[in-house]
Amino acid sequence: MNSIVLTHSFRFIILALLQVLVLSHINFLGYINPYLYILFILLFPLKNNRIIFLFLSFLLGLTIDMFLDSGGVHAAASVTIAYIRPFILKFSFGAVYDHQTMKFSNVEFGSKLTYITILTVVHHFVLFSLEIFNFYEIILILKNTLFSSIFTIILCILTTIIFNRRK
Amino acid sequence: MQQIINFIIRNKSFLFYLLLFSIAFVFTIQSHSYHKSKFINSANSLSGGIYSSVNNVNEYIHLRAQNELLQEENNQLRSVLFNQKDSLQTTFTDSTYSGISYKFSPAIVIKNSYSLSNNMLLLNKGKRDSIQQDFGVISSKGIVGIVDNTSKKYATVISILNTTSRISAQLKKSNHFGSLIWNGKSPHIVQLTEIQKIAPIQKGDTIITSGRSAIFPKNIPVGTVESYHLDASENYYTMQVRLFTDMTSLEHVYIIENKDVEEINALLNNPHE
Repeated sequence: MNSIVLTHSFRFIILALLQVLVLSHINFLGYINPYLYILFILLFPLKNNRIIFLFLSFLLGLTIDMFLDSGGVHAAASVTIAYIRPFILKFSFGAVYDHQTMKFSNVEFGSKLTYITILTVVHHFVLFSLEIFNFYEIILILKNTLFSSIFTIILCILTTIIFNRRK
Repeated sequence: MQQIINFIIRNKSFLFYLLLFSIAFVFTIQSHSYHKSKFINSANSLSGGIYSSVNNVNEYIHLRAQNELLQEENNQLRSVLFNQKDSLQTTFTDSTYSGISYKFSPAIVIKNSYSLSNNMLLLNKGKRDSIQQDFGVISSKGIVGIVDNTSKKYATVISILNTTSRISAQLKKSNHFGSLIWNGKSPHIVQLTEIQKIAPIQKGDTIITSGRSAIFPKNIPVGTVESYHLDASENYYTMQVRLFTDMTSLEHVYIIENKDVEEINALLNNPHE
């Protein structure tokens, strides 16, 4: 139990620092940045206290907001995907998730990709809607969501593959 | 009563989600209105400290380019010093610059962003160096932004690349003035709106600050006119202005304090006294 708490606290800090010091300054083609920190929310233990999980996601988003001076957009987006995560888990993994025997390291690649994709797109859509905050710029919001999502999904998949191999 | 409590217990995670989302939403709204992001900003000892220690390393990478910029500015100042007769013709000098009503203090940008729609900078000067809200920030090339929040050692700056920023600017050759805004697209182009239709404009005209806002002195260079068109009502011009300052690589900036700002504000607020 203690080692799980320790691993996740460590992951929280590393992902937050990596995000604010490196990934938010990539600005690929001028505006495309990956938001890898959502990996903390994606890979959070399945058996959890939902209130604590929501609160931790909020805290992670707020930390990113504090560093990037973005108000509360990351907090809002993070807490949203933390809330919808159980439904998406059920949708993408189906029966495996219902039996409570699932582990992220040994699931099918296809369902894992669906899971990561849905949550990333939702997160980025909420994020950019709140950040741009102008309905007339919907094209810009969708464009940012699409390109940043691709970048984030690729990075998430690569990171999970690399860190699984090591174990 | 029992039912209400049951309802709360049954939906506690949804209600908790709503609570957290609304808190985040309030912070977001505050960040979209000018000078309101009080609680969540990077001018605190944790994020400021981390950014400044990382910046200590990053500085070395840009040392050569920044040295060249500073040398260029030195050169400009030196040429003004030795040719004082011409000083009125150069862009960078005006009596207000050397006057005692404005105090300049140098600062270093420890965090810069330009890809969001509301960009903020973080400077390594704060309350300790008597920096306060609404002080102007310029680089050696031109305008940068306005100080928003300050902590003991750090200050956040609303960059001109921020959709909430509005700065008064004018044409250099005539005194027609308008407001400088940003549409969130290119970090090199800002928009100057509300310029009267009768103003004589050509591509390549220089835009400077107008000195009407008590934040910036007059004659700080902003950029050049890239293109212009009449707005929907056909009474005002909207121009695309190419900035002199490269907002994507900022390091040494100057914070401007207007010593007369209290007097000016008192006069504006109570015109009959």
